[in-house]
Amino acid sequence: MGFKNYILVCGGTGCESSRSDQIYHSLIDEAQAQGVADQVQVIKTGCFGFCEQGPIVKILPEDSFYVQVKPEDARELIAEHVIKGREVTRLLYNKAPRKAYEEVEDIKFYQKQLRIVLRNCGSIDPENIDEYIAADGYKALEKVLFEMTPDDVINELKTAGLRGRGGAGFPTWMKWNFTKQAEGDEKYVVCNADEGDPGAYMDRSTLEGDPHSVLEAMTICGHTIGAHHGYIYIRAEYPLAIHRLEVAMKQAREYGLLGKDILGSGFDYDIEIRLGAGAFVCGEETALLQSIEGHRGMPQPRPPFPAVKGLWGKPTVINNVETWANVAQIINKGGAWFASIGTADSHGTKVFALTGKICNSGLVEVPMGTTLREIVYDIGGGIAHGKRFKAVQTGGPSGGVITEENLDTPIDFGGLQKIGSMMGSGGMIVMDEDDCIVDVAKFYLNFTVDESCGKCAPCRIGGKSLCNILEKITQGKGEPGDIDQIQQIAHAMRVGSLCALGQTAPNPVLSSLRYFPKEYEAHIQDKKCPSGKCKKLISYEINPSKCIGCTACSRKCPVGAISGEVKKPHKINGNVCIKCGVCKETCKFGAIEIH
Amino acid sequence: MAKLSLSDLREIRVREERNLKKRDIHGRSVHVVVAMGTSGINAGAKLTLNALADEVEKKGLENVIITQTGSAAPNPEPVVEVYTPNEGLVVYGSVDKDTAVRIVDEHLAGGKVLEDKRIELKEGE
Repeated sequence: MGFKNYILVCGGTGCESSRSDQIYHSLIDEAQAQGVADQVQVIKTGCFGFCEQGPIVKILPEDSFYVQVKPEDARELIAEHVIKGREVTRLLYNKAPRKAYEEVEDIKFYQKQLRIVLRNCGSIDPENIDEYIAADGYKALEKVLFEMTPDDVINELKTAGLRGRGGAGFPTWMKWNFTKQAEGDEKYVVCNADEGDPGAYMDRSTLEGDPHSVLEAMTICGHTIGAHHGYIYIRAEYPLAIHRLEVAMKQAREYGLLGKDILGSGFDYDIEIRLGAGAFVCGEETALLQSIEGHRGMPQPRPPFPAVKGLWGKPTVINNVETWANVAQIINKGGAWFASIGTADSHGTKVFALTGKICNSGLVEVPMGTTLREIVYDIGGGIAHGKRFKAVQTGGPSGGVITEENLDTPIDFGGLQKIGSMMGSGGMIVMDEDDCIVDVAKFYLNFTVDESCGKCAPCRIGGKSLCNILEKITQGKGEPGDIDQIQQIAHAMRVGSLCALGQTAPNPVLSSLRYFPKEYEAHIQDKKCPSGKCKKLISYEINPSKCIGCTACSRKCPVGAISGEVKKPHKINGNVCIKCGVCKETCKFGAIEIH
Repeated sequence: MAKLSLSDLREIRVREERNLKKRDIHGRSVHVVVAMGTSGINAGAKLTLNALADEVEKKGLENVIITQTGSAAPNPEPVVEVYTPNEGLVVYGSVDKDTAVRIVDEHLAGGKVLEDKRIELKEGE
């Protein structure tokens, strides 16, 4: 007899950190204990994307979407849902059971999404190769090995118009074609899984949820360009992704989908994992190749490009995880199908890690051309805690801010560049009115300064100098010439840096200057921080007309800066106050104000 | 595990696709709901449910969703509700194992309502 219920438990890093692994085991144990083990199959899947509401458990065939589940809920889910057929309302996302026979409508978070890269995330067990095969897995490899010529594959990618998802957007077919045409019998295929933008986790989730999609694509590439070895360069701080990759590679080898004479085609190919130590600069392709070779990860001048002289001096294709995850679908469904999705400039979809001050943070995949407004408001559910939208940072520390006026810009490679940001790898950090734009720019700059390899002077010295100026401004010591100096240094970094890390490091500062010049002026001229974030520029004061003298704040103040008699307005001693903001959080009457 | 040939791989795909499809509920238009309240289970609804599930699997009907409900059902139990786009909602009473098999064969696969087992709902049920 078949299973009557299927329970899908999210096994992504986000949900696992909220004990989804325990939920998985508890469900199996409970099903056993309550005598229905033969009726339910519990499956651990990849990321559902709706990380805000994790851990997520989905029960089929009812399509019940349970959120924020705890291991203790397993007993009730089995007893009520599986055995009695009653949905556990309190755990449902919309808190209301679905009426029978009603069409299942996707919840709003998913309505505008289109999942190509994440097609299998949240639906198959990533540690079971059979499930990947069932979901049309390795079908594209079949086609490539037995039905297509290498040129056919490149043409299909050309028709598809797939562009690199790592950030730069270089046409994938061209990379493959250059490498294919390059002379030499030894060539390599590399997967760049060194995801490093703050807040970005698209690649991690793809590898955790559907590792075979990357293995299959790399094998296809190997056959196309004439390579027999592939490397996945992944940071060691992604242990779950590494584990899933290792399991996937082992299973693929057992099936002979990696190794000698794949499927009897005579083609030999295998893949190795190389762990990175988490240096941001190693996401830059030439630095990454250095690191694989065992050298210090430092960028090299280009040309020669890796397609000509890459790993160990041999022609090498290097693509990002998300790029790889598109390849098998393009071969299966055709380049024309892929090209029909998105905009004229950019085809297909893009995965974003939506984080920051947003209601529904999570992993979203949308067709190119979707507007930021749709992502922030329709999918993201708007700004958290009823605050006002301020800006979105895309492209991480190499990108820029996008403001209200540009929210309706369709997202594609060209569109984002036009408004002074960039696609980047897909980090999308939402800011609200409480975020100080100078502070944010300083944060990103500090990040790139930390991560600079130090090889070239413009990046090493320029970054540090920019940082110092911003620090000065947020300390209230800004001077009139500062903005000019920022522009000059930024220009020098852009022109003179060896790699994209240095060239793009000034972007967050420049774009925030472009859109929020008044906020910089307020810091420099008026010595004020409009969002009340820069501690040196603000003071906490108690509004005597609102204070009822409840003493709550004075009891919470960690440094005893607040004094006053009971039932009489209190006062903050500015000399003692450390501006931690605890009093403001504590006050129920809104009496504490920032000046 | 032996290394796969092309036909081995295709065989696995066909076999596993069947399993994976069971989890894909999109576009399934036929709903079968078994009333599994305490009285329903007492009347044998569990056996009915199993028989329905087995027969649907045996017949390879891919557009059917079988679910349960815990709410009170009209008599005589076990009660099974069937919703198809063509016949709409039909409620059956006293559905034992054999009737369950008939429902799948005649109604779900054949499009013919089992008039002898049909019960009419009173107002509010």
